[in-house]
Amino acid sequence: MKITDLRGKTAIVGVGLGGLPSAPERSSMEIQTEAVHRALADAGLKPGDVDGLFTGSSHAFMPALSTAEYLGIRPKISDTTMIGGSSFIGHLLPATMALQYGLCDVALICYGSNQGSGFGKLKSMSEPQTYEAPYDPRHPITSYALAAARHMHQFGTRREDLAEVAVAARRWAQLNPLAFARDDLTIEQVMAARMVNDPLSTLDCCLVTDGGGALVLVRSERAKDFPKPPVYMLGTAMAHWHRQISGMPDLTVTAAAESGPRAFAMAGLTPADVDVVELYDAFTINTILFLEDLGFCAKGEGGAFVRNGRIAPGGSLAVNTNGGGLSCCHPGMYGIFLLIEAVQQLRGEAGARQVDNTHIALCHGNGGVLSSQVTALLGDASTL
Amino acid sequence: MTNAFSGPGPDAVFAAFLAGGRFMLQQCDDCKKYVFYPRVLCPHCGSPKLSWQPASGQGTVYSTTVVRRKPEQGGDYNVALVDLHEGPRMMSRVDGISPHEVAIGMAVRAKIIDEPKKGKLLVFTPAQGGAA
Ligand SMILES: [Zn+2]
Repeated sequence: MKITDLRGKTAIVGVGLGGLPSAPERSSMEIQTEAVHRALADAGLKPGDVDGLFTGSSHAFMPALSTAEYLGIRPKISDTTMIGGSSFIGHLLPATMALQYGLCDVALICYGSNQGSGFGKLKSMSEPQTYEAPYDPRHPITSYALAAARHMHQFGTRREDLAEVAVAARRWAQLNPLAFARDDLTIEQVMAARMVNDPLSTLDCCLVTDGGGALVLVRSERAKDFPKPPVYMLGTAMAHWHRQISGMPDLTVTAAAESGPRAFAMAGLTPADVDVVELYDAFTINTILFLEDLGFCAKGEGGAFVRNGRIAPGGSLAVNTNGGGLSCCHPGMYGIFLLIEAVQQLRGEAGARQVDNTHIALCHGNGGVLSSQVTALLGDASTL
Repeated sequence: MTNAFSGPGPDAVFAAFLAGGRFMLQQCDDCKKYVFYPRVLCPHCGSPKLSWQPASGQGTVYSTTVVRRKPEQGGDYNVALVDLHEGPRMMSRVDGISPHEVAIGMAVRAKIIDEPKKGKLLVFTPAQGGAA
């Protein structure tokens, strides 16, 4: 079997969101289960139909066990690979393999968190890094600030360019009724916001919100039996080169430079084929780094690329159409929301933010401190 | 070379050197590359043959940030990534100047200080003669 044999063989037939824009006095599991219920209903299924479970958590030590017990299901295979916020895009790979080898027939990927209402700040299960912790970096912003500073030094990227990313995300969020942050936002406001770790201000950082998401996957041969138009997994690839920021070989090049080309090769596509781009924007610098590493512009040109509203509504490249982690939601780990937004765009269900003629979407997940990178290409039936 | 798989591990050995006021780096006997943070296997070639060498203490700031903090909590402080002359990169802090004045490309020199509540801490100060 070749990896390209997996192209288009697995389909997403249900998606659901939960706890957006906020869910006070609701637990992480309750938020996750709302999303699971919506995703199963979207697919015309019941919890008992799920026999493959793929999940991750920042609140449960053994999240597959907790989730399965709560739902009253008995999975034949579970996987909870934890590579940070990109985990759920990463789960596309074991879910696809499990489906193709007949280990399961209905795979569920899910996540939920009440970090916004429950904690009011990012809750991390990450252990302190022995050789970084003595210098009191603030996790994770200090690491991203170091990457942003280096990118600015090496390529002349400006704070205004970072601000442009935040403003574009906000303008998309204003078209999304479920987005958490929808007030008007200008480049000047981002520039004037309180500095947290130079060069990143409060408005260069993702939100901390509640939220949950779920996806239902089946083998493509039966995908047309479900109520909604199937969305096909055309290519997925992951790469990780470091754990802590001091271990990152070049702070201006992420492992997306490896995961992207491998995902494109699996899908037989190039960046020019992509209609909507969903990137894990934990901080404004992420969007710039990933546009470069995934081949939408040359290395070092990401700052210039995003100028003048190019990735905002009405711009030439639709990026982070739900408002992103910066303005839609960021409940600790955000990766699953990239997939759900892509599915909604590919189905034509995205309402005021719908991008016309969308057939191919790219989702790119990030985990840790620019550490794990997972790229997925999804397509509608016309791409098979 | 010390035996990689018995006795105090590289973390404990490094900490003991530091507690004694010495900044030591591992060097691989096989590929000759330097290694930081301390490990049991060389991350460049997989060899367990790593020997401790005194670090030169010379480095260059690869990236830097100012962590903003309220004055009553101690004020702003620096966090930097320093590329050591021997090759490895480490997180540290540049002391002796304002955190806002630490710049990428700045030549720095290692210094072991006594940090309140932490004990010995490896930091850097601007090297004589300025930029690298
Ligand atoms: Zn070696």
